[in-house]
Amino acid sequence: MTDSLIPPNSYRTGPDEKGLFGIYGGRFVAETLMPLILELEGAYRAAKADPAFQAEMDFFLEHYVGRPSPLYYAERLSEHLGGARIYLKREDLNHTGAHKINNVLGQILLARRMGKTRIIAETGAGQHGVATATACARFGLKCVVYMGEVDIERQKPNVFRMKLLGAEVVPARSGSRTLKDALNEALRDWVANVEDTFYCIGTVAGPAPYPEMVRDFQCIIGQETRRQMLKQEGRLPDSLIAAIGGGSNAIGLFHPFLDDKDIEIHGVEAAGLGLKTKTKHAASITGGRPGVLHGNRTYLLMDDDGQIIEGHSISAGLDYPGIGPEHAWLNDIGRVKYVSATDKEALKAFQLLCQLEGIIPALEPSHALAHAMKLAPKKPKDHLMVVNLSGRGDKDIFTVADILGVKL
Amino acid sequence: MSRIEARFAALKQEGRAALVTFIMAGAPAPATALKILKGLPRAGADVIEIGMPFTDPMADGPAIQAAGLRALHAGQTLKKTLKLVQDFRAGDKDTPIVLMGYYNPIYVHGVEKFLTDAKAAGVDGLIVVDLPPEEDDELCLPAMAAGINFIRLATPTTDDARATAVFRNTSGFVYYVSVLGITGTKAPDLKDVARKVRRLKAHTALPIAVGFGVKTADQARTIARVAEGVVVGSALVSAVAATLTKQGKATAKTAAAVHRVVADIARGVRE
Repeated sequence: MTDSLIPPNSYRTGPDEKGLFGIYGGRFVAETLMPLILELEGAYRAAKADPAFQAEMDFFLEHYVGRPSPLYYAERLSEHLGGARIYLKREDLNHTGAHKINNVLGQILLARRMGKTRIIAETGAGQHGVATATACARFGLKCVVYMGEVDIERQKPNVFRMKLLGAEVVPARSGSRTLKDALNEALRDWVANVEDTFYCIGTVAGPAPYPEMVRDFQCIIGQETRRQMLKQEGRLPDSLIAAIGGGSNAIGLFHPFLDDKDIEIHGVEAAGLGLKTKTKHAASITGGRPGVLHGNRTYLLMDDDGQIIEGHSISAGLDYPGIGPEHAWLNDIGRVKYVSATDKEALKAFQLLCQLEGIIPALEPSHALAHAMKLAPKKPKDHLMVVNLSGRGDKDIFTVADILGVKL
Repeated sequence: MSRIEARFAALKQEGRAALVTFIMAGAPAPATALKILKGLPRAGADVIEIGMPFTDPMADGPAIQAAGLRALHAGQTLKKTLKLVQDFRAGDKDTPIVLMGYYNPIYVHGVEKFLTDAKAAGVDGLIVVDLPPEEDDELCLPAMAAGINFIRLATPTTDDARATAVFRNTSGFVYYVSVLGITGTKAPDLKDVARKVRRLKAHTALPIAVGFGVKTADQARTIARVAEGVVVGSALVSAVAATLTKQGKATAKTAAAVHRVVADIARGVRE
């Protein structure tokens, strides 16, 4: 463990050949899945090295997703907070309304290369499910989305969207009937349908190579931000902030900047009703400890016996009881600072952005905005801060109306 | 020689296969689980696998998932599972006990402490579903060094290339998962099982026990002809479930129902 705590020459070389970032990550899966994830890893390496694959990605990112997404200077928000110049990376303007499509597009193009005809996915709030159903419709692939029974009830509009797009939505009825159980069901499906099925994971978690592969597909966020900031301000940003559930939008923004050691990087977990409640939050790093779940070692929410505890957050996209293994490592070596924001703080930030910038953010990035509200006033006027606005808030208006006591 | 090795060697002398039975620790409640466990050898079980319940059993079907959750709701923990083995061991020195489950509770307990505690309780082997050969440093190698058998799962996706890795560090017996998918959901294709077991034997001298989906004495009889062991799991867990009250509590019939299924399948194995 001590070896992994020595600062490396570069923070961007992981994972190693065992799929490890320090002690985190790995391939903790049943033997049945091993041949599949090794096959996937080989196929991914080949695709990554193939200019034709990259060209195909670039084409669809531009013409189908609508990239590059703007890097927008939030003038009134910056003036209101009275410190840093705040830029918003507008992933909310992507097709399907969030960063999720970047990763899905990559995995679906890879599945096509591998000759797979059936795509399975898990979803919590439904954003990854909608993105997967969208890409499957575009490429004529059969799509099955596992979703916890509780989430199906909470996220009816997204369930209907997936069905419109031709996906089959299968309720996960086991365990706590939420995202983690949907993931278990998807893994069970994959084990039973190894020949034709590709498992499209929605975040930077799961067994190797998923954390690396999903990160690579999301790095377009940080790569564009670099270019855009250089063009608009003539230099790199001073700080980056992103919300973290599994951590894919965050690692996508952070990774291209990890070796620019003067840049402060903040990952914001969901503190729900507060970390002191012990179980009513979803902050795996700031409120959990290392364990093994869903194919990787990482920080988890669990009890003393190692049983997994369901996370809580106002945002259904953040209430996963784990976090991507690369984040776990970046925390331990101190390159990224992991903090948290409560439901209340996120809700306040959500309303502020609506009022000052005319942008309705999703509740997930509202956690990042909540941290920006704390940090920006302490920074000088020439401090350049980037907040990843990972998704739009249309899906959340029901939740917010409910909390504000408004009947729709 | 471990209890597992001794038991398989003795059965080879007898010229018959082993009946390997699976029950979930602490399900439906601790007292009933101990009663079920104590009666298994007399009902015909040769080797006993005890499930360590986990909230997220990725490789298990609905029956075993539900049993695990019942146990957790009744307050089962890894410590209580080790105590269950200890209580059984006090009255039975010979029947091998294999703990089966997922890595996280063991990891959180602490690997070294777990191995010490398990050995002291009378555990003979471990099957940890989410530890493939790629992760042998975690528990497999320390367990073998501590004198506990580390039993590996082989599956229909275990081709010749994969078999080399799967059988490199393993002992006791091999657990062959005869159908793709999760536990207890499909009946195995018996001809295919025989073919696959023969292929695995080219890679290992260890006894092979075949599991997943065995429900009847007839199926058990057929498998007993081609393998050294027949595993019965979901059928027993379902037998428990069928006797419970609406609130999921055990009844006077629970333990006897399990023992009856074991006795029936044991007849198939022994014929």
